[in-house]
Amino acid sequence: MNYIQIENNTTIGIAEIPEVSYPVFFDEISKLMTGQTERHCANYFGYRLNGKIKLICCLADDLTHQIYVLSCVVNNDDNLRSLSKELLCFEKFEREIHENFGIGFVGHPWLKPVRYPFNRADKSKTIANYPFYSIDSEELHEVGVGPIHAGVIEPGHFRFICNGEQILHLEIQLGFQHRGVEQLFLDKKSLLQRTTLAENITGDTVVGHTTAFSMVWESLCGFKPSKDIQFARTLALEMERIAIHTGDLSAMCTDVAYQLGSSVLGRLRTPMINFMQEWGGNRLSKGLIRPGRNQFPFTPALAERLAQIFTEYEPDFEEIVEQIRRLPSTLSRFERTGIVSYDDILSIGAVGMAARMSGLTRDIRSTHPFYLYSEMKHEPAIKHHGDVYSRFQIRRNEIRQSIKYIKEMLDNVPDATSEVNNLENSSPNAFSIALVEGWRGEICHCAITDEKGELLIYKIKDPSFHNWLALALAVRNNEISDFPICNKSFNLSYAGHDL
Amino acid sequence: MLENLKIVYHQGKQFIPDVTSAKVPGIFRGRPVISLEKVDEHELQLVCPVGAIETSPVRIDLGKCTFCGECARRFPTKIEFTKDYKISTNIRERLVVTEGEDRTIEVDPTKVRSDVHRVLGQSLKLRQISAAGDNSCEWELNAANNVQFDMSRFGIDFVASPRHADGILITGPISENMAEPVQLCYDATPAPKIIVLAGTDAISGGIFGDSPAIDRSFLSKYPIDLYIPGNPCHPLTIINGLKDLTRKK
Repeated sequence: MNYIQIENNTTIGIAEIPEVSYPVFFDEISKLMTGQTERHCANYFGYRLNGKIKLICCLADDLTHQIYVLSCVVNNDDNLRSLSKELLCFEKFEREIHENFGIGFVGHPWLKPVRYPFNRADKSKTIANYPFYSIDSEELHEVGVGPIHAGVIEPGHFRFICNGEQILHLEIQLGFQHRGVEQLFLDKKSLLQRTTLAENITGDTVVGHTTAFSMVWESLCGFKPSKDIQFARTLALEMERIAIHTGDLSAMCTDVAYQLGSSVLGRLRTPMINFMQEWGGNRLSKGLIRPGRNQFPFTPALAERLAQIFTEYEPDFEEIVEQIRRLPSTLSRFERTGIVSYDDILSIGAVGMAARMSGLTRDIRSTHPFYLYSEMKHEPAIKHHGDVYSRFQIRRNEIRQSIKYIKEMLDNVPDATSEVNNLENSSPNAFSIALVEGWRGEICHCAITDEKGELLIYKIKDPSFHNWLALALAVRNNEISDFPICNKSFNLSYAGHDL
Repeated sequence: MLENLKIVYHQGKQFIPDVTSAKVPGIFRGRPVISLEKVDEHELQLVCPVGAIETSPVRIDLGKCTFCGECARRFPTKIEFTKDYKISTNIRERLVVTEGEDRTIEVDPTKVRSDVHRVLGQSLKLRQISAAGDNSCEWELNAANNVQFDMSRFGIDFVASPRHADGILITGPISENMAEPVQLCYDATPAPKIIVLAGTDAISGGIFGDSPAIDRSFLSKYPIDLYIPGNPCHPLTIINGLKDLTRKK
């Protein structure tokens, strides 16, 4: 066997991952992935090892609930055969490996920079001289937007090629947010520093990323979280989903100038995040999740309070989403706008909500379940049109679903344990992986340790890494005035992509 | 139409009438108070993930603090985080809380530049720049303008272009890749203009302070008019800070 099969949230010895030559590595991945819609690349990265580069590829299989891991060692001046030609979902991973180490990929469509990290292989490439795709034409024009945007959002540059009002092509240039997070995970040695880093990867997915980090670190230290810790994290993940989806539905109303929907949904987000503050002292859940312990036990009093908040939230939420569903002016902007087809979604390897809107069932909660999801029998919310309205409906349905799950959980609040594990002994020469379904989709954290158990590499993949290309495809042939609504309906992370 | 009116009616009154005295729910971590109790100061200092704690006397720098509350959890009799959210100031040193003192953090009106009250006192339009911000402060800045906090009732707004702005508000530690856009945006803003730093990452770099991927040289070139601490900063901290800076009491 050229790969090892492991389950989500496990640690194995690094030597257990089969190391093969690149041609075998290439063939094995091609064989595993070609025509297999249930598989996708969860992570593919390289790291320096004894003057060479070791490549690790993790493929998630939705049917067997396994993750296939394989590796190979190459030189940084190698020119390797590109997987992207047949399997487009590897396109960005290969660009990242090229940018970090200088490895060439023969047959790759265009090895453009991904994020201009501070430790990139070629320092002569800077963010100011990004090689945009451009067209030499008298009829077409280009529109540049950003990096600083009109609203209060993160920076990124969008370059449109338009024919009049119609968008023919959009290229998204990212990297402005790069803070060197992955390197800081190695440099900062204390567990609290690393947890703080995980919380600050993206401030809108604090629970998602901190849970993924906790899973990786606890697994490396052989710690199995007790029932109450699992309960708290599952609950917090679903609360984060409700809060952000509500806020995004509000922003979608703003972008089609439906003021009432924007105001009502905007204010409905407040009780959700205020509850997180009542629970953990921070509206965006920073400080709530700590590896190895239950920092803020979920008490019966909190359960009662949350049930009451839902009782107040639900009628107002249902009233406004029903109104939006019946309003011709919102529907005419949402429906058949920003469509991405099932085939495109599949080929780019989209995850999470962006996959489910086009009929691709991809949800870690059901395919690689962890914590309370293992018993939940979660059925992902699926839509098929791939348009803005599908994204609207998915968010609406997921809010309903999350409320239902939380209500069921509130009937069985486990007793808090006061066990504290300082997680000081991480396994040496180990590889650990965790997949978490955040509100955007699949978050993947991987860690590899050296012979002393120190981190050798910490690799983070935010779902936005896959999904930005879906936005670029969604706006093709749409009016440029529909770009904001397309963008908001995805609401992808800049910081999570640029790290 | 009737349907819409019904929805409006169902919302009731949402706005917070007095943003200066509103109470925040639950266990908010705002301005800390440090007692004079003797503890192992070295141990206390090591607890902090971002080096915000100094010793003899014990001090916490809220410009560095991530408000994780770990020091209060480990030394509950020494440090307590109060629910006081009014922690914005125009003096960097005022963000340092020293043991044994329990005084509010405020804007010092005598240190505010003379044209700020005169020109920006009734209306303040800011251009927001997220410079490697993690999108948490950005969420809270947007929340400051929702129907509950409703910052625009005080004439304070975020505008789309620096040409329309009276200053810039920066979130995030300022990555190397954002250094030039920040400078361009500041240069494009007409004078008199102010600089506001919102969130721990912007004020000190936070957990990213010593990352080789950030470039904070912009901040050493100009005076900073307001610091709004928090991780992320609370909408009430934002609104009170901006009001106190621009308005005479």
